[in-house]
Parts: sequence; structure tokens; C-alpha cells
Amino acid sequence: MKVYGREFSVEVFSSIGVVMKNNIIQIKPSEITSEGNYLKRRELLVASGFALAAMAGLPRLSAAAVKDLKTIPGTFSSSETPTSWEDITTYNNFYEFGTGKEDPYQNAQDFVTDPWTVKISGECDKPGNYSFADIIKPHALEDRVYRHRCVEAWSMVVPWVGFPLGDLIKRFEPNSNAKFVKFKTLYDPMQMPGQKWRSLEWPYVEGLTMAEAMNPLTLMAVGVYGKSLPNQNGAPLRLVIPWKYGFKGIKSVVEIEFTKRQPRNSWQISVPSEYGFYANVNPKVDHPRWSQARERRIGARPFAEKQETLMFNGYEEQVASLYDGLDLRRNY
Amino acid sequence: MFLVCLVPLVTVVLGVFNLPGFGLGANPVEELIHRMGLWGLRFLLITLAITPLRKLSGWNWTLRLRRMFGLFAFFYICLHFLVYAGLDQRFNVSRIIEDVLERPYITLGMTGLLLLIPLAITSTNAMMRRLGRRWQKLHRLVYVIAILGVWHFFWQVKLDIREPLIFVAILTVLLGFRVVVSWRKSRQRRLLTQGNRSNDHTANAR
Repeated sequence: MKVYGREFSVEVFSSIGVVMKNNIIQIKPSEITSEGNYLKRRELLVASGFALAAMAGLPRLSAAAVKDLKTIPGTFSSSETPTSWEDITTYNNFYEFGTGKEDPYQNAQDFVTDPWTVKISGECDKPGNYSFADIIKPHALEDRVYRHRCVEAWSMVVPWVGFPLGDLIKRFEPNSNAKFVKFKTLYDPMQMPGQKWRSLEWPYVEGLTMAEAMNPLTLMAVGVYGKSLPNQNGAPLRLVIPWKYGFKGIKSVVEIEFTKRQPRNSWQISVPSEYGFYANVNPKVDHPRWSQARERRIGARPFAEKQETLMFNGYEEQVASLYDGLDLRRNY
Repeated sequence: MFLVCLVPLVTVVLGVFNLPGFGLGANPVEELIHRMGLWGLRFLLITLAITPLRKLSGWNWTLRLRRMFGLFAFFYICLHFLVYAGLDQRFNVSRIIEDVLERPYITLGMTGLLLLIPLAITSTNAMMRRLGRRWQKLHRLVYVIAILGVWHFFWQVKLDIREPLIFVAILTVLLGFRVVVSWRKSRQRRLLTQGNRSNDHTANAR
């Protein structure tokens, strides 16, 4: 098959994974699977999933379809003890699957993330539709243990698997007009029950400045604890920006757009007085309704005292220079 | 009934000891604060529902439960505060005072709790007798407390206000009942006095 003048071959093993030869692959999923076949295959996959679960007598809420990933040790890792797999995968904010902390775990198990397409658009030279396999293929998957600080004043330590967003962005050759990067989550109310009412405006949207997106800390995550992302954590790929509040880490990304103007993110649209574009972790700038000075670390010592929140969540050295001259109180 | 009212406390205690099926989740301190606060509010609304229920159904025996429900509301709200002050803030008084002064929803909640204290103290038979008519006046504070409580809940929710809205709706009905009743009473009284006056008038004309 010839795509963008490059020869490569593709073998698809739908439920096992995708094996590809070639380094830079740009392929439209429509060239692999027609719309009709896509739907049929999806039904088949769901059906076979149920059949397998039934045969094995598995509880419906078993960790659905997480696969082991091949990873290499990454940089910037924290030496803190990671939060348990159980807490990381059952205590989530993912309003597409409900507003309760355990709702995503309860409601996301049947979420279909294969096949998955990411649309690249806007101010770049290589726009198009890329399959999930295309997205991750050229990148080595790194293990990176990051602190994760939610705007609700709790935190975790998460052993992510992913690759620098900057490396991905370079492949799409953004032009000089590209000042911001805008991300979108899938909109599919049939699969995402939380989207059936407007708690937030759907689809969920997030944005970064180009400098933030290119910062080596910014991670395109595809896994946690060496396994592919569980659905409730934003499968198949999500953003991780460890110096920002968790809501900036958009989940289940289907679109990346390079823009001239600063995009408005979902929480900012919803409550502009409480959530801004930057959302940098900052113990000195409180949320209008609660303090951000301290945080509760989820995990091993559940009744432990709250701990001090660190400026930029402890990543000051890597990112403080991005905000030189910016009034962080006004640009919350 | 007393034992039934203790069930929320028992489930929470089982949760603290992490018995299967009663876990408090990944953030137990927050879960405890929320659960105790919710039960406090629920008991407050149950207490407020007694009078309308009694008047509509004629079940006068329910009145005997009112004080117990009210005291359970006070009990769970105290636990709600104690978990917050103890487990969350580690009894750091200056931090708690800062919270009360700077966070409007905590100001509301704290005001409600402080107002509940005199009501709990004067809930005994002896106090009722001693205060006489003033007792009822004092205990009308519960309307203000309920509004403060529901408002406190509404204000701390991040985005999904469906649950606090249910409380708002129930409270509106319960307080609305009282408004309607007192409005009817005053109208009756007015009609009565007017009726008397017109009777006098006809009497005079004759």
C-alpha cells in the first residue's frame, strides 16, 4: 500500500493489536477499514468480548482489555512511592462517564478504543487522520513516575507510560502560525453516558501554548503501571502535564489542532471565575472556594495529614521560565 | 427507630475498619465528611417533614419522633464538623478559623452548626416547660439552619448540582407548606374579624 509516497505493509490483528513495518506511517483508517466494516467489526468485538467474559466467568468489572506494554525507563521520574493500581483506576474524574469518583470505573468498562483515530488539523503541514497505531509507532514508550495534583486538592503519584508530546507534534510540522495546541475528547453519548446531559460542554476541550506542549515534561500517555491505559483513565491516549491541575490532562483524545488563538478549555467555559487556561499548580493562588496550599495524598496512609502543595507541583525547575513576567494570580 | 437512625454511623465505622462492602474509597477523609454532612442534612429535613406529615395525615404519634430526629441531625452534623476539624485540619485552630472566615460555604455551615447548639440544649422537657412560648420562637431557628445547611451543601459542589438541587426542592416544599399554612391562618383571622365587623355594622343599622 502506498501512502504519501511511502511504501509499507500493514497487518491488522484487530483484537491482539496492530503490527506495522516502517518508521513514519501516515495512514487514514478509512483506507484500512470501510465505515460499514468498521461498525460491523466494532459490534463483533463487543460481542466477542462479552462471550469471552461469559466463558471465563469473569466479573463484568474486570480490568477490561489492558495489555502489557514494552517500555524503557524514562526521565523526570519521581522517587516517591506510586499510588496503588486500585486507587489510580477507581478514583477518577472523567465526567464523560459520570461525575462521581467511581463512576468512570463503573461505566467505562465497555468503552471501545480500538479502532481509534486522531484527527490532526490546523496550522501544520501534515494534517490528516491518524490511527492510534500510527500515532505511537515511532515513539519509544517511557515509564515516567509523575506527581498528579487535582484542582480538588488531592494528589497521587502515577507511573505513566508515554512519550513526549513534543516529539509527536514535530511529526505534524506545525507552521509559524501555530501558537497554541487544542485537544478534543471523543464525543459519543451512546458510549459516554455522562455526555447525555450538559454538566460540561461536550466535547471536552483543552489547550496548551506551543511552548507548554513542546516542554519535555509534557507527556502523551498511553499506559500506566506498564500496561495500556484502562478506559477510566483516558484510553487509549491522554495528555499528562504534571505541573498543571489534573483537568488539563485531557483524556481519550480524538483531535489535535494547531491554532493561532488561545483556545478556551471546557472548565474555563463552564466556570471562568474558578478555572482558567493555565491552571498551573500554585499553592499561593487559592481556588475561589477552597485553599490550594495543601493536598491530600491518596493512598497508603488514608488518614494521614495533608501535605504542602509545591509550586508548579514540584516541577518549578523545568517550567518556571515558561511563565516569566506572567501574573500567575490573574492567569490562574 | 433509634437504632435505625444509628445505621449510617455503623456503616461508617465498618468502613473505617475497611470491612468488605463498606469501604470508604480512595479518599476516606472526604468520604467521611460528605457522608456525615449528608446524613445531618437528611435528618434535618426529616425533622422538618414531621409537622406537615402530621397535619396532612393526622398521625399525631409522629410528633414524638421529632425531637429524636432533630437530635440525630445535630449528632451527625457534629460528627461532620469533628471529622473536618480533626482528620482534615488536625485541630489546627488558626487554619479552621481562616477557613470559616475566608470560605463562604464554610462560613454558612459553621453558622448553621452554632445556631443548632441552643436548640439541642433546649430540647429537654424541662427546658420546654421553662421557656414556654419562647421555646417555639427559639426553635423556629431551625428554618434558618436548614436553609444555611442546604446552601452550604450547594456551594461546595464543584459542578454537578443535581444532588443539592434535590435538597433545595424538598426544603422548598417543606418551608412552602408552612408559608401556606400561616397565610391561610392569617386570612382566616382577617375574614373572621371582618365578618365580626360587618355583623356589628348590620346590628347597628338596625
